[in-house]
Amino acid sequence: MQKIILVDPTKCTGCRTCEMVCSVKHLGVSNPSRARIHIVKWEQECFEIPMLCQQCEDAPCAAVCPVRAISRDEELGTNTIDHDKCIVCKMCVLSCPFGAMKYDVRGHKVSKCDQCHGDPQCVAICDTHAVTYVDANMANANKQRDAASKGYVLRKEQKEAIGPEVGHPMP
Amino acid sequence: MTMSISNQKIGYVNLTTGEIRKEYITEDMRKFLIGSRGFNMYLMHTLTPKGIDAFDPRNWWFISCGVLGGMLVPSCGRTQVSGLSPLTGAVGDSNMGGFFGVEMRYSGFDTIAVTGKAEKPVYLYVHDDEIEILDAKYIWGTDTSDCIERIREKHKDADISAAMIGQAGENLVRYANVRTGLKSSAGRTGMGALMGSKNLKCVAARGTQDLPLHQPEEALANWKSEVAKARERRMVKTLLRFGKGIYFGNTNTVGLIRAYNFKQNQMLYADDLEVESMDRYTVGREACYGCQIHCRHRWKVPEGPYKGHYGVGPEYTSLGSMGTEIGNVKMDVCLAADDLVNKWGVDNLEAGSMIGWAMELYELGILTKEDTGGLDLKWGDPEVIYELVRQITFREGLGDILAEGPLRAAEKIGKNSAYYLVQVKGMSNLQSDERPTPSLALNVAVATRGSDHLRGRPVPDLFGLPKDVLERMYGGEQTTDFNSYMGKPRMVWHHEISAATHDTIGNCGMGGQPDMPYTLKINTGLELSNEEMWTIGERIHIIERLFNKSRGFGRKDDHLADRYYDVPTTMGMPKARGKTIDRDKFEIMLDEFYELHGCDSEGHPTKETIKRLGLDKEPSYILGTPGKEIELK
Repeated sequence: MQKIILVDPTKCTGCRTCEMVCSVKHLGVSNPSRARIHIVKWEQECFEIPMLCQQCEDAPCAAVCPVRAISRDEELGTNTIDHDKCIVCKMCVLSCPFGAMKYDVRGHKVSKCDQCHGDPQCVAICDTHAVTYVDANMANANKQRDAASKGYVLRKEQKEAIGPEVGHPMP
Repeated sequence: MTMSISNQKIGYVNLTTGEIRKEYITEDMRKFLIGSRGFNMYLMHTLTPKGIDAFDPRNWWFISCGVLGGMLVPSCGRTQVSGLSPLTGAVGDSNMGGFFGVEMRYSGFDTIAVTGKAEKPVYLYVHDDEIEILDAKYIWGTDTSDCIERIREKHKDADISAAMIGQAGENLVRYANVRTGLKSSAGRTGMGALMGSKNLKCVAARGTQDLPLHQPEEALANWKSEVAKARERRMVKTLLRFGKGIYFGNTNTVGLIRAYNFKQNQMLYADDLEVESMDRYTVGREACYGCQIHCRHRWKVPEGPYKGHYGVGPEYTSLGSMGTEIGNVKMDVCLAADDLVNKWGVDNLEAGSMIGWAMELYELGILTKEDTGGLDLKWGDPEVIYELVRQITFREGLGDILAEGPLRAAEKIGKNSAYYLVQVKGMSNLQSDERPTPSLALNVAVATRGSDHLRGRPVPDLFGLPKDVLERMYGGEQTTDFNSYMGKPRMVWHHEISAATHDTIGNCGMGGQPDMPYTLKINTGLELSNEEMWTIGERIHIIERLFNKSRGFGRKDDHLADRYYDVPTTMGMPKARGKTIDRDKFEIMLDEFYELHGCDSEGHPTKETIKRLGLDKEPSYILGTPGKEIELK
């Protein structure tokens, strides 16, 4: 089953725990600047959004890679870097439209989100659910339900106004 | 066992000569003081020359991050700012949240110590083992919102964090604060004025260094369980929803706040100031570094005369100082005033207290229209509030006098005005009335940095906990009655030491306290037992008392304003009404309190205490070899 990491910027408090945990999980050290998730902030406007790899199906990073080091894992729906093949030319860093591909200066390699191979730690620690890990088929489900709930409330009000015993078919 | 954080340093900067020195923090230093407030206090006590004025270039200014900042422990990213206080002349020390300390830590520095005075305005840029002194021409004169954006633009890095001063600090307002982000301020004791006197606009930091963890797997698991535990607490659930302003409503209901300077201990018709009405202004939530409590509203005033003001908060202090204290009960007025003091970098609490005091003096006829420059100081008038805040910041008219802080201002105004001050050691009290609660009153009076409510306030006293629970918590004989004087010194003693210990790791305590020895061990490799940590807390407190002693402070300064003893409270619930502090009983509390801390009857540490805490040795034992350049790894 393919899953994706969904981002909801309205819920993000900008605490940067996800960055810290990401670096600890992958590198064993705390260093947000080497994390694969990054919270981009507009402090004065009170706006924050966590940015990470979107795992594109037709991925520009894979397309430009001269040594075909980036491949698709169809089972998890992620793009994976094969560091044995990678020559660290950084073409993928240049081509990523989200800036999610990163050059890790200290580690001497490019890095990107691998969704922790099915157990993303940023999701595990995000208390406000600004990042969630959901079934790819159901990615739109919550948004759809939110939108639908506006209609639902209206309909419920009408129903209550008319009374249940009438059973009049609703428009 | 080696520490994982052995690569962290202290940076010493001399702004007069431009000399910069870096020193590794040794395991001995960690075991003696842990970090943050411990380092700040020790360095301040050791390095600050005796008998100098706070604005003397030889004075030192310190900024530190807690030992667990940037590591996997929730709510531990706080920054400590210290130095000889320009406001009180005693210990100057203040603590703030936000992201600055951690960013400084990621650039390799736990502490930066600054002395001297730059010829022209400068700022420090800290990044990757480097400290640079740069020209601050392009940010001097800007407010704290503008300043950080300009720095980010200049260095082309949106992730830079800075501890800055606003115009108030530049103008040497004696209670100017140090700010980072939209809300976080090291407000008390005028640390911003100290920066201003050194021509230091800000310290900007951006770190990309590794902070190795001792046991990363365990730390990650511990993080998850600590957060899960915290989220189960009812107080945390409330904080998540309402923020720290929640304390205001219940304190007001009981009758433990200050309104109209010190005339009332409860504000009627203050419903709009209850934190529930923040829903109208809230646009989201904000957290400090690595914190799951996110106790702050982000707010923006959507309509009305104050449309467009924005910020983060408000806290109890903002609601008190820009609300009840000066007779205002409107939330939007309070928020707009909060925005102004924050941008300009004035300590909210002190500014509110000074304005409230001026308003009471005006009402009594001690201040007249001639003194105020034609300003009619009516209680709660928004225009007067904003004008006075502006005058204080830019040191104009009456504001120039108020900017000098309580004692100096009272000296200038004269005519019995000092009687109406609500201050201890020259620093104004929190917007709370401690007359019904001897334990809180004792805490306010004895605090080493002047009137203080964050470093030893025995809040559990107010909860009416069963006698046996209290006795288990504090030891000694206790009572559930918060009006009583019995056992209270022990409470204050306990909380003072506990707060000192928590400050060393940079914990704010809002989410409850982590199991400190364990979290310290798995994150840093530093092995300390509970008892050792307690001793470190005691040590820090005693250092502060020694510092104050060398500046002429003693028992005479550990007292409250006269009105605490003379004028009874008039409002609130029965347990809060008609109460004063009994002078004789207060003296007995003081004696007991000093004894617990190992001090003599003057409040000065005894020789045995100093020896027991290892403070009789010469400083180089801890400080390494000052003056010697070290080679970076």
